[in-house]
Amino acid sequence: MDNVVFISMLVLGALGLVSAIILYFVARKFKVFEDPKIDEVEAVLPNANCGGCGYPGCRPFAEVTTKKAKEDKSLDDLLCPVGGNDVMKMIADIHGLSIQERDPMIAVVRCNGTFAHSPEKVKFEGVTSCSFADALFAGEGGCQYGCLGLGDCVDACGFDAINMDAETGLPVVNDKCTACGACVIACPRDIIELREKGPKDKRIFVSCVNKDKGATAIKNCDVACIGCGKCEKVCEFDAITISNFLSYIDFDKCRLCRKCVEVCPTNSIWEVNFKPRKPRPEKAVKPKQNSVNVATATLITSQKIVSGTKNTERSNIDKSEN
Amino acid sequence: MLTISGSPHLHGDNSTKKIMYGVVTAMLPAMVVAIWYFGLGALEIIVLSVGFSLFFEWLIQKYLIKGPLTITDGSAMVTGILLAFNVPSNLPWWMIIIGALVAIGIGKMSFGGLGKNIFNPALVSRVFLLVSFPVAMTSWPKPSPITKTLVDTITGPTPLGFVKEGLGAGKTLAELSQHLPGYGQQLMGQMGGSLGEVSALALIIGGIYMLWKKIITWEIPVSVLVTVFVFSGILWQIDPLHYTNPVFNLLTGGIMLGAIFMATDMVTSPMTRGGQLLFGFGIGLITMLIRVWGAYPEGVSFAILLMNSVVPLINKGFKPKRFGTVKMAA
Amino acid sequence: MGFLKTFVLGGIHPPENKLSAGKPIRSLSVPVQVVVPMGQNLGAPSKPVVKRGDKVKTGQLIAEAGGFISSNVHSPVSGTIFKIDNMMDASGFRRPAFIIKVEGDEWMDGIDNTETFVKDVTLSSEEIIAKVKNAGIVGMGGATFPTHVKLMVPPGRNAEYLIINGVECEPYLTADHQLMLEKGPEIVVGTKILMKALKVNRAVIGIENNKPDAIKLMRDLTAEEEGIVVQPLKVKYPQGGEKQLIKAVTNREVPSGKLPIEVGCVVQNVGTAFAVYEAVTKNKPLIERVVTVTGKALENPSNLRVRIGTPVRALVDEAGGFPDDTGKIIGGGPMMGKALATLDVPVVKGTSGILLQREEAAHRPVEGPCIRCSKCTQVCPMGLEPFLLSRLARVGNYEAAEGEGVMDCIECGSCQYTCPAKIPLLDYLRLGKNKVGVLIRARTKR
Ligand code: SF4
Ligand code: SF4
Ligand code: SF4
Ligand code: SF4
Repeated sequence: MDNVVFISMLVLGALGLVSAIILYFVARKFKVFEDPKIDEVEAVLPNANCGGCGYPGCRPFAEVTTKKAKEDKSLDDLLCPVGGNDVMKMIADIHGLSIQERDPMIAVVRCNGTFAHSPEKVKFEGVTSCSFADALFAGEGGCQYGCLGLGDCVDACGFDAINMDAETGLPVVNDKCTACGACVIACPRDIIELREKGPKDKRIFVSCVNKDKGATAIKNCDVACIGCGKCEKVCEFDAITISNFLSYIDFDKCRLCRKCVEVCPTNSIWEVNFKPRKPRPEKAVKPKQNSVNVATATLITSQKIVSGTKNTERSNIDKSEN
Repeated sequence: MLTISGSPHLHGDNSTKKIMYGVVTAMLPAMVVAIWYFGLGALEIIVLSVGFSLFFEWLIQKYLIKGPLTITDGSAMVTGILLAFNVPSNLPWWMIIIGALVAIGIGKMSFGGLGKNIFNPALVSRVFLLVSFPVAMTSWPKPSPITKTLVDTITGPTPLGFVKEGLGAGKTLAELSQHLPGYGQQLMGQMGGSLGEVSALALIIGGIYMLWKKIITWEIPVSVLVTVFVFSGILWQIDPLHYTNPVFNLLTGGIMLGAIFMATDMVTSPMTRGGQLLFGFGIGLITMLIRVWGAYPEGVSFAILLMNSVVPLINKGFKPKRFGTVKMAA
Repeated sequence: MGFLKTFVLGGIHPPENKLSAGKPIRSLSVPVQVVVPMGQNLGAPSKPVVKRGDKVKTGQLIAEAGGFISSNVHSPVSGTIFKIDNMMDASGFRRPAFIIKVEGDEWMDGIDNTETFVKDVTLSSEEIIAKVKNAGIVGMGGATFPTHVKLMVPPGRNAEYLIINGVECEPYLTADHQLMLEKGPEIVVGTKILMKALKVNRAVIGIENNKPDAIKLMRDLTAEEEGIVVQPLKVKYPQGGEKQLIKAVTNREVPSGKLPIEVGCVVQNVGTAFAVYEAVTKNKPLIERVVTVTGKALENPSNLRVRIGTPVRALVDEAGGFPDDTGKIIGGGPMMGKALATLDVPVVKGTSGILLQREEAAHRPVEGPCIRCSKCTQVCPMGLEPFLLSRLARVGNYEAAEGEGVMDCIECGSCQYTCPAKIPLLDYLRLGKNKVGVLIRARTKR
């Protein structure tokens, strides 16, 4: 009996030894040369492995930066959005390079089709997936561009920076957002955009992506951009362009003057983190549901909508004629 | 308001609840037999087992998981009855409560509840009880029609145990068989054993009912029973003096209960026909190995648990035949 | 007859509920305005050839095929193009469409709009295909694949069988059944035309044996016809699926990811055969179709012949009006149809039925945990494991789902119908298919 135990121990031990030796040599033989800088870079990266840089994870990004630094002597087209300028600077230091500072970005949800603004016309039943629902139907409120509210963006976020607001049915981005862009990719309707955070987090954007004609858009949602062009006209910095009955504000050009916010007949344009302006008599001030620390929103009266609609149609005709 | 959802817009009327209560119905004959032979003790065990299984499920769902309550879906009831079927009728009442706790708490809920458990909860509990209270779990009251049982506390071994002991003591089967119940009695269930396992007839009736209702498919029970039959048949052919005959092997012990009600548990059995046949074969084989050469006279529970543990593997290996994957004969 | 043929793997038997069976086809009067979407076929949308304000006649070409897999669109009415605009389609999306104000019913010259029966066709295969193409015919069972594309057998392949799909396995729908009963001779001629186009000498008309009258009639009509046989089939859903029907009729299996022509078969719906007959013998483009309007709460479930572009509301009104307790409007059958958001969408070429479900039937049953009963696997006609695929899709493991064959799913819904735990399996499967589709496209692009 003892004999058996002894022999099996011996055999096992020998086996282990042999495989260890083989493994050692294999490892030696196949060891590729790796730039030690890769490890250094990886050490300064946030290690979130979110893919926001466009590479499958932090290690691959470290490899790419190292390669680029060696070959191109520049890190300009690379960015770890999570780490931001600080981390990019550290990486640049490792390689003895310098970087351009970039303005910090944040994810912005460009839809304000809350339950109140875009009331449900049908009820959806099925899996909670925007990507599935997008293929199935236009949306409970009837807007085929609007948020489906099933939270694919929330699922995609690795930083807990975006949550669904049960009251509005829309996602809300908070301060934890690193602008990694995962939600932008996840949203089947391209509603989320990465925009400049702006000085003191102040920013202005059009909270709508509806490309329908004004009359149609307003039918489904009373805060839809109807493409009336008022904002474009009032903007002194050429920051606003309108295409497909939809306004877009270029954040590089926008100087945050807030003029467009005031002229928009449907309150599609949002200002975030501004001081509330003095309430004007005909517009009641009400905080908007959609953002962190938010600015003013205005209640729209039904007359306003009607007049807005009329405007649209006229201006559309204007546009199509020239 | 209109509803929008993906197709299909029709759903069959089958439901988890229907299946579970179907199983309960199928167990009724065996339950009646159990009460007939083992009297009120059996009834008490069944009631306690079911009651506490439901109670523990409710307790855990309500206070530990804080999820939705699903005690009405019938699955805890099935587990409760199966557990009762797997113990002797004179088991002390507190043991069955422990059994219910183990079955529901460890066997089912610790995996995440219905559908996620790897092992049959009732069997997990049975094996737990067997290991913890070997004496109580193996003293079987002698069955007798209901009138006398109130005072009857004579215990004796199961036929399988009796044979195993006898053979171990060097007796031959010829001597032993005089003391064994006849086939008729075996079929009806007039012999020692766990509550629900004694009457092969009642179990088969339940099995046929479940087949008819399409709750189970034939693959698992048939493959288990055929394997047992063939395996013991071969041994019996070789040496009829020391190996019991195949019919005896089928009719005694827990093989019928195991094959029809426990191996077929949907959650813990393979998904495809091939996998199910292999699963059944494995159970039959392991059962017989334990019966013939193992330390215990009976091995169905162990066999099923063992095979349960390889189900994920079987599921990986046995895929359904996909449409359009076979080369056409030109 | 011996035992009846059917496909082997899986299948279910949902209650048939053919409420409108035996109801003669009635023609619905031309509405005052029609909305004709440009993209009514699978593949590329069509390109308009008329503009706003143009006068059009019934049967006039208004949009031409916008690609290889695309089809022509004709005006189903005579009148004026009021607008070309984005209009709501069945799923609520706005897509380009013609809005035509109806004025009278003046047909294009050269279209024979009479009931006279033409039996003999002397055209060549190419001529037939050209006519089918001009007429804008698409698969009328609901898939809307352009028919002329199906008729052009790719080089290197050889068609042996033409299979005419008279299965109509969807519960509730009876349009094809009724069409066979009323237009049997035309369908037979249509079949012969299709055989000629495909240059095949064997055609099988597959009909499930819950329609004995249609089987008998078609048998009688084809008794004299060389090469056409009527094959009664055992009732089983989804027998109308192309692959399942081929399997049932010829016992051939279309390989995964391939088209039926791979095994020498071309499948056409009976409605398509009828449309082909009209197009080839009478120059009549596809501007009307038979639609089953049905539902348990509907007063008068009917089979209606309607012009394309007619609002669904008009059909429902004709069938007795919109019941108050309607919870869901389904375009198509209950198993594979699409839920509509409103009645104000037009009938298109692929609309085989309108089903109104009552409020209590319209909702999804409450979902429970998977009990691993394997019933979904047992009923899947494609031999997939829906429970596994849905779980993979749920956790986002799309690569694995692809490996398990999620793209083979024909979205028949048998699995979800059957699941005792009421898991929305097909929702997850579709999600999986969407995402795997994205993966595949990304891969091929690279
Ligand atoms: S923003 Fe996009 S991904 Fe997020 S909930 Fe809305 S539709 Fe879904
Ligand atoms: S003013 Fe408002 S509605 Fe008009 S174009 Fe600008 S954002 Fe759109
Ligand atoms: S829907 Fe797909 S997975 Fe489900 S049964 Fe049909 S083919 Fe199979
Ligand atoms: S039918 Fe439903 S419960 Fe059964 S295995 Fe499939 S998914 Fe699970």
